[in-house]
Amino acid sequence: MTASTIKLTATSEDHHIARMAALALGLTVLENAIPSPLPGVKPGLANIITLIVLARFGWRAAAWVSLLRVVAGSLLFGNFLAPGFFLSLAGALLSLLVLAFARHLPARWFGAVTHSILAAFAHIAGQMTVVYLWLIPHSGIAYLIPIFATAALVFGTVNGIIAMKFMDEETTHHQDTETQRNAKP
Amino acid sequence: MYSVANDFVILNFMPMRSHLKPGDYLTLLAGALCAVLLTLKLWHGGVADTAVIRSGGKVFREVPLSRDQQIEVPGPLGTSIITIEKLRARISSDPSPRQYCVRQGWLQQAGEIAVCLPNQVSVELTGGAKKYDSLNY
Repeated sequence: MTASTIKLTATSEDHHIARMAALALGLTVLENAIPSPLPGVKPGLANIITLIVLARFGWRAAAWVSLLRVVAGSLLFGNFLAPGFFLSLAGALLSLLVLAFARHLPARWFGAVTHSILAAFAHIAGQMTVVYLWLIPHSGIAYLIPIFATAALVFGTVNGIIAMKFMDEETTHHQDTETQRNAKP
Repeated sequence: MYSVANDFVILNFMPMRSHLKPGDYLTLLAGALCAVLLTLKLWHGGVADTAVIRSGGKVFREVPLSRDQQIEVPGPLGTSIITIEKLRARISSDPSPRQYCVRQGWLQQAGEIAVCLPNQVSVELTGGAKKYDSLNY
C-alpha cells in the first residue's frame, strides 16, 4: 500500500480567513448559551467579525468567513442540512448580497453601523422568505415580522457599534504606534 | 517600552467617543421607521366588518358586524351560540368540554379567529380595505 498524501497549499489569506471564521464560530457557540425568548431572535454576535473583515479585507473575505461560520457552526451544533441550517444560510446569503451593495456607500457618511443594520434586516428577510416558502406557508407568520424587525434593528445597531469601537481601537493603536515610531529618531 | 502616553491614549477613547457617521443615524432612523410601520401594518389587522361563521369546515353564514344579534350554529356536539354586539363577535356558549373558544372572549380586529374544535365551529372576523384612521381624512 502506498500512502497517498494530499497536499493543500494554504495561503496566508486562507489562514487569516480560517482564524476569523474560528473567532466567529466561538461567538456563535457563546451566543447559543444565551436563552432566547423566540427561536430566531438572537444577537448574531458572529456578525461583528463579518463586519470587521468586510471593512478591513473586503467582501470576498467577509463572504468566506460568514459562510464558513454557517457551515462549521451547523456541524458543531449538529443541524447541518436541517431546517435551521438553511435558515442561517438564507440569512447569511442575503446579508452578504446586501453588504456587497452597502459597502459601496460613501465611507465618509456611512460606517459599520449602517452595514450592520442593513445586513440584519436582510438576514431576517432571507429567513422569513425561507420560512414562508418552505416551512410555514401561511400568512400568519406575518405577525412575527415586527418582532424580528425590532430585534434586527436593536441587535444590528449594537453589533455595528461594537464592530465600530473595535476598529476605532485598532486605528487609534496604529496611529499611536506610528506617531511613536515617527517621533523616535 | 512602557510609557504613560500609551495609557493616556487608551483612556482617551474610553469615554463614549461616538463615531457614528451622519449616514449611520439616517440608517438607524430609517430602520426604526421601518420597524414601526411594519408593526402598525401587521399588528393592526384593520377594522373588521364581517364575521365568517364556519361549521364542519364549510361557511355556515357570513354576517355583518353592524347588526347586533345572536346566531345558533349546529355542530356534532350540539349548538354553539355566537353573539355579535357593538362591532364585536364572540362565542358565548359552546358544548365543547374545555371551552377554549368561549374563554377567548370578544374578537374585534380583522383576522382574529375563535375556533371550537370539538364542535367544529369557528368565527373569523374579516375586513375589507383598511379604513381611514384619524391621521387621514
